[in-house]
Amino acid sequence: MDSARSDRVKAPKKLPTAIKLLVAGGFGVGKTTLVGAVSEIRPLRTEEVLTDLSVGVDDVAGVEAKNTTTVAMDFGRISVGEEYVLYLFGTPGQERFWFMWDELAAGALGAVILADTRRLADCFPAVDYFERRKTPFVVAVNCFDGARTYDLDEVRLALGLNPAIPIVLCDARRRESGKEVLITLVQHSMERNSKRPTPA
Amino acid sequence: MNPYEEPIEEKWHDEQAGPIVRPYVMTRGRTEPVRGDFNLISLAVSVRSAGAMEVGLNPEHLAIVRLCQDPLSVAEVAAHLDLPAGTVRVLLGDLLDKGFIDVQDPQPEVDMHDLRMYEAVLNGLRAL
Repeated sequence: MDSARSDRVKAPKKLPTAIKLLVAGGFGVGKTTLVGAVSEIRPLRTEEVLTDLSVGVDDVAGVEAKNTTTVAMDFGRISVGEEYVLYLFGTPGQERFWFMWDELAAGALGAVILADTRRLADCFPAVDYFERRKTPFVVAVNCFDGARTYDLDEVRLALGLNPAIPIVLCDARRRESGKEVLITLVQHSMERNSKRPTPA
Repeated sequence: MNPYEEPIEEKWHDEQAGPIVRPYVMTRGRTEPVRGDFNLISLAVSVRSAGAMEVGLNPEHLAIVRLCQDPLSVAEVAAHLDLPAGTVRVLLGDLLDKGFIDVQDPQPEVDMHDLRMYEAVLNGLRAL
């Protein structure tokens, strides 16, 4: 190892802090489309090994009770100022993975649940999960071409959503629309998490 | 994997063996980093360059040092190098241990009451 000191390529500067947001919803609802619309990079794919914590399964001493599954996630990135970087992860759409989201949801600022009114039931597992986990979330109804336009109150009723949960219409292909959804989510998360009222 | 294929020994060299065996060799069988936790969104940045002859570094280590000239998350490094996140964590742990990178871990969930952070994120999103 020669002249380690002079190898320094840059003065240590403060690294930004990363913040995780999740985009959940059924298969083919437009999660990656939404991520791509707002991301500053082309959506990337990573594979993560997730652990099923086997809740409710009796642990037998010496026997490994955990199950692991590898899931692929598409994600994008939005730099906000010098201090923070947002990462948006599209969670796996398959219902059988919903109980494995703990590792994904841990530390997340919040989640967008994308809904398709033609297949509203597809987002039930995500709604249940984030409600139970107390992760702040908003529901964004993706307006597909040709889909019957629903009244948002009807969707709220069909999903059994608490009146405090924001529900918005969006077009996952459009950056402005995706941006509005994220702003709604961050505002909702702020209201949920902050004890003090927002300063005027 | 395929129940209709005979599990004959030649199968070790097919394309399915590659992505499993290669990362395992790269990390010399290790599954945990020697240093650091490396969340999927932990950010890494190179703080010194690494020559090809650097002792103890393999080509993937060197690729990470080159890649992280600007801060990148574990997930991004994994995607760019087409490696599992678990493998990248081990390699990043080596680089942290040897002083090639700095790491910034994300805030734990309990610290999410920071109004200043929310304002900064909202302002950043509105400015997009």
